[in-house]
Amino acid sequence: MDILTFMQQMINGISLGSMYALIAIGYTLVYGVLRLINFAHGDIMMVGAFAAYVAHASGVPFELSVVLAIIVAMITGILTDKIAYKPLRDAPKISLLITAIGISFFLENLFNVLFGGIPRAFSAPDYLTRSIHFEGIIIPMTVIIIPTVTLVLLFVMLWILNKTKYGMAIRSLAFDIPTVKLMGINADFIIMLVFAMGSALAAIGGIFYAISYPSIDPLMGVIVGLKAFAAAVLGGIGSVAGAVIGGFILGFTEIVVVAFMPELGGYKDAFAFIFLILVLLFKPTGIMGQDLERSRF
Amino acid sequence: MKLIKLSILAIILLFIWFAQSHFDAYAVSILNNIAIFAILALSYNLINGVAGQFSLEPNGFVAIGAYVAALFTLPAATKIDMYVLQDPSPLVLAMHTSFLPALLLSGVVAAVIAFMLSIPVFRVRGDYLAIVTLGFGFIIRIFAMNQPAMTNGALGLNDIPDTENLYWSGFIMVVTFVIMLNIIYSKYGRAMKAVRDDEDAATAMGINTFWIKTYAFMTSAFFEGVGGGLMASMLTTIAPDQFTFLLTFQLLIIIVLGGLGSMSGTIVGAILVMGGTEWLRFLDQNMDIFGYNTGAHPGLRMVVFSMLLIVMMLFARKGIFGNKELTDIFRRGK
Amino acid sequence: MILELQNITMQFGGVTAIDDLSFGVKAGQIYGLIGPNGAGKTTLFNIVTGNYKQTKGNVVFNHEEISGTKPNMIVQRGIARTFQNIRLFKSMNVLENVLIGYHNQANYTYIESIFRLPRHFLYEKKIKNEAMEMLERFGLADLAYTNSSSLSYGNQRKVEIARALATNPRLLLLDEPAAGMNSSETEDLSNIIRKIKDEFGLTILLIEHDMKFVNNMCDIVLVLDYGEEIFEGKPSEAIVNEKVVSAYLGDFTNA
Repeated sequence: MDILTFMQQMINGISLGSMYALIAIGYTLVYGVLRLINFAHGDIMMVGAFAAYVAHASGVPFELSVVLAIIVAMITGILTDKIAYKPLRDAPKISLLITAIGISFFLENLFNVLFGGIPRAFSAPDYLTRSIHFEGIIIPMTVIIIPTVTLVLLFVMLWILNKTKYGMAIRSLAFDIPTVKLMGINADFIIMLVFAMGSALAAIGGIFYAISYPSIDPLMGVIVGLKAFAAAVLGGIGSVAGAVIGGFILGFTEIVVVAFMPELGGYKDAFAFIFLILVLLFKPTGIMGQDLERSRF
Repeated sequence: MKLIKLSILAIILLFIWFAQSHFDAYAVSILNNIAIFAILALSYNLINGVAGQFSLEPNGFVAIGAYVAALFTLPAATKIDMYVLQDPSPLVLAMHTSFLPALLLSGVVAAVIAFMLSIPVFRVRGDYLAIVTLGFGFIIRIFAMNQPAMTNGALGLNDIPDTENLYWSGFIMVVTFVIMLNIIYSKYGRAMKAVRDDEDAATAMGINTFWIKTYAFMTSAFFEGVGGGLMASMLTTIAPDQFTFLLTFQLLIIIVLGGLGSMSGTIVGAILVMGGTEWLRFLDQNMDIFGYNTGAHPGLRMVVFSMLLIVMMLFARKGIFGNKELTDIFRRGK
Repeated sequence: MILELQNITMQFGGVTAIDDLSFGVKAGQIYGLIGPNGAGKTTLFNIVTGNYKQTKGNVVFNHEEISGTKPNMIVQRGIARTFQNIRLFKSMNVLENVLIGYHNQANYTYIESIFRLPRHFLYEKKIKNEAMEMLERFGLADLAYTNSSSLSYGNQRKVEIARALATNPRLLLLDEPAAGMNSSETEDLSNIIRKIKDEFGLTILLIEHDMKFVNNMCDIVLVLDYGEEIFEGKPSEAIVNEKVVSAYLGDFTNA
């Protein structure tokens, strides 16, 4: 392998990692606040991608379609919480996990009924899909735009979490919901905010995915969601920076291993799972995480 | 008490015999399907309902069971003809037993893999089991696709001997049911429920919660594997794409409807859900509503079932039986 | 000494919850841990039971170092506990709750219970009889088949203690046993604790805020404030000790 191919693969790794990172943030935020694996999160990404597709296909300019898709995903995320999770806040954990799976399956099958299971081509404007040639490396615009947008969004997220009063409220909810309620913070509003932010990022991730591949189908969120969750665990569940780090590690691994050992190509989708098992075995709190379960007694 | 239990069992066994020998083929095939799903759901309820550890494992273990049973019952000559992507590995050719040992091996292999998954998963608390088992279902598929010398890859296996019938599935269902109840009414079942109710308190009673969860998970996997073996023989043809999450989801509906933790409820749930799936078949097909043709809607049934699941969890979390058994009615007081 | 804590320090992140604390409990004593909220009492319990691993120091039970031992193994060595907020197994009846305590004394394997081999019946019968005897001791035999969550608060406390005793401990840790009880219930509880202590040859380490109860029950008290020992001695002397009074202030006026 020469240096050019290597550079090419690195760039691809950054791009794929960014997509995992965007989706992993949503898992980590919801888990941090509610201790819930939001199984529907990958499907909200799918809803976002489909919303952009439908809007764009019916004549709406692409940029506006993206905005619409983000709004649709946010509404889906918030409704999911209000309908399926909120009534069960005091119920046993298993009930919540079951409704989460129910919502996930519902969205997949609903979109299957509405759009059919066959992948649909996703068209994006030329300035996103063309490639530039630089010193013999072919650089698709997507691999420049995706990581840039991801980094900007990451800094916005970190700013919100660390510098605003809403961010403070989110972080305190992660410790103790009843106490936070006593302190006069509207916990339900903050939880809504968490779902809205996570869903918006998922929609962006979904659109990036759709541009890169470039097709969408109702089950696209399943495997990507699973991988993004593994990335969140790897980085340390509950930590936004961790989710991004985990996303990049996973993205790089998939690209690099397949580039260097093509015979393992068929197992690409298994790496996330192997990471998940290794993290649970050796460092269950992940790279950046803290022990969220500590204050149990 | 004992007499009542034995007579219930006798009635079920008599019914199985009567159905297999007198009912038409369609009715028998539906009953056969219900019995296999009941076996899967009973074992699924042990880990989810009794031990309270949310797992999404069945499709993975059913796939393992199906492949193991198929590979052990297919004759070597058939394998050589069938494997077109790569020649079957010598190990695959050497595998051969009759149906019953093949079924037991299906269960044992699934249980051993469950044990290996237990080590990373049950060391941490919480919901990682769900995500690890969900991921596991995909991994099994990837493995089956990429090991053509073992599994014939994406082409799957055909001509699996159809030894299975309602006697097999019905009898194994009864055995599974009795064993599950034996577990529940023992110190191990009590400990599983204790882990479900309050894991810290269970530990404070000196219970090794890791092993209790692992026992529940391995037992569950064993019977999922056996059920998978029965399924392979019922279908006579299996492929990697067949054991999707849909299977797990159907089982989840069954145990939620019947009642998490209730084995009697699971049987009732299996009958309702598998019967209902047959009955709701029309939803996926062309419909004429007031002269308006809706067109075929593959997946509409599953939309209905997923809504049912959510509604059950929101409004009737206990299901039909709660966590009680039919026998609890006779057990009351003393 | 049946239990010795040597130079225990416990830090959470940068916060020191317990600072270089040492004390010992003699066999047969009722030893009280008191102090204002957040003084580190429950943290200390969690260290003894193995739920927390102390940052520094040793826990010696029965002349053996037990730190690093898994919580369930510490129970098997003879230390049982109750929880501050009662934690019964809510889906089970009273008898089943107590039977959980006998888990490790029912000496049959998983396979034996699956196939209902003779030892299953032998040991199930044995522990069931013992559990009923235990319930009789607490006056709860009539409630054996009642669901544990429908019991009165006082009875739930008793079930929790009965359940802990079922594990056959030598040392019993009670975390605020009298909390939320009226005076007649507290009186009743005191009598039961004394009775079981003699009957089972127990040593008891307890956390309690009710000073009347402490005064009544404890041979020795240790007063903690911000993770440090400020007094060890007879309860009657504790309430007149200046340091204790200033640490506690308001709380003692109720005593």
